[in-house]
Amino acid sequence: MEIRVIGRGALAGLIAGVLGFVFARIFAEPLVDKAIDYESGRGEILNALRQAAGLPTEAEGPEIFSRSIQSTIGIATGIIGISVAFGALVAVGFLLLHGRLSVRPRVLAWCVAAFGFLGIFLLPFMKYPANPPAIGHDFTIGARGRLYLTLVALSLILLGAAVLAAYRLAPRFGGVGAVVIAGVGFLVLFGIVLAVFPSLGNLHANVAVAHELGFPRAATETPQPIVNTLGKTLTVDGHTYTAGQIVYPGFDADVLWKFRWYSLLNQVLIWTTIALVFGTLMERLLGRQASAPAGAEAREPAVVA
Amino acid sequence: MTAIPAPSSTSVAGVSTHTLSQGKRVALLTLTVFLALAIYYFVGVDEGMTSVFGKTMVIHEWVHDSRHFLGFPCH
Repeated sequence: MEIRVIGRGALAGLIAGVLGFVFARIFAEPLVDKAIDYESGRGEILNALRQAAGLPTEAEGPEIFSRSIQSTIGIATGIIGISVAFGALVAVGFLLLHGRLSVRPRVLAWCVAAFGFLGIFLLPFMKYPANPPAIGHDFTIGARGRLYLTLVALSLILLGAAVLAAYRLAPRFGGVGAVVIAGVGFLVLFGIVLAVFPSLGNLHANVAVAHELGFPRAATETPQPIVNTLGKTLTVDGHTYTAGQIVYPGFDADVLWKFRWYSLLNQVLIWTTIALVFGTLMERLLGRQASAPAGAEAREPAVVA
Repeated sequence: MTAIPAPSSTSVAGVSTHTLSQGKRVALLTLTVFLALAIYYFVGVDEGMTSVFGKTMVIHEWVHDSRHFLGFPCH
């Protein structure tokens, strides 16, 4: 039975992943292309400016796979793979809790999936939201990775503690009272966590480069406009840029907003699909005994007719 | 965990999922969690912050778009 439950979780994840991939193809990829165009344009002009000013230039990242591979089977591998993993984790959570609580199998499946969505994605997203290409400095990937994964772990721990607290407090304060107390406690603690975790623009490595061309001090790593801060007029490809003039725009705010919004919707789609498919499968696998005999249901329409 | 009696078949929760021995059950759940975390790691983290098989960037570049869209830190 355990293997059948996990298999069904993985299957729900597979279906969710295919939907998530289709969604990403339609909504994310046009934005990824725009972001990459911005990024390469920015890299080119930065290098040209640095060259004109007699500063060392930087090499572009490797291109191992073409964009057409990255935007099809590449993104399919990532989204379907991680959705299967999410589905399997939901199944494990379901197995650990099933039988301890008096809720229907599908309700338990929905709750576990909601927990996963909040803890793994939405809560960390509040501090460190998804970013398209061009946002995120190479030289801070270590710090950003550690912060993000730590926040995922803390979100899961605090959320788990809140659920447990609500469960324990329910006999004394009633269901609604217990949820309100645990919820307020969670919001206070998580609010403290959000305040303590640093904004990415304030990382040491980013503060250290704030004097460099194109990396002014900012709260985030979202590319700011490149301003000619070298104190002299520069000529690049026949264009003349006086000191203080904007050479290249900041990152398009609409592209950033849409990318984050679609990233959020994609996770809602993935986790909702896992919840509904896995919940239905668990209801069919485990809930049969609880329902009336099949014959009784089959006769009813005939009576109505 | 604590020994809570398994629900009877008439319970709202439905039939029990316990059919494997406790040892096999623990092993199966541990293996599932390990594999799921491995997928999470390779899709989201490897060849960025840390790298298991050297910094080749092959995995990173392959899952590049999904890494961004799934909310992981990337360049």
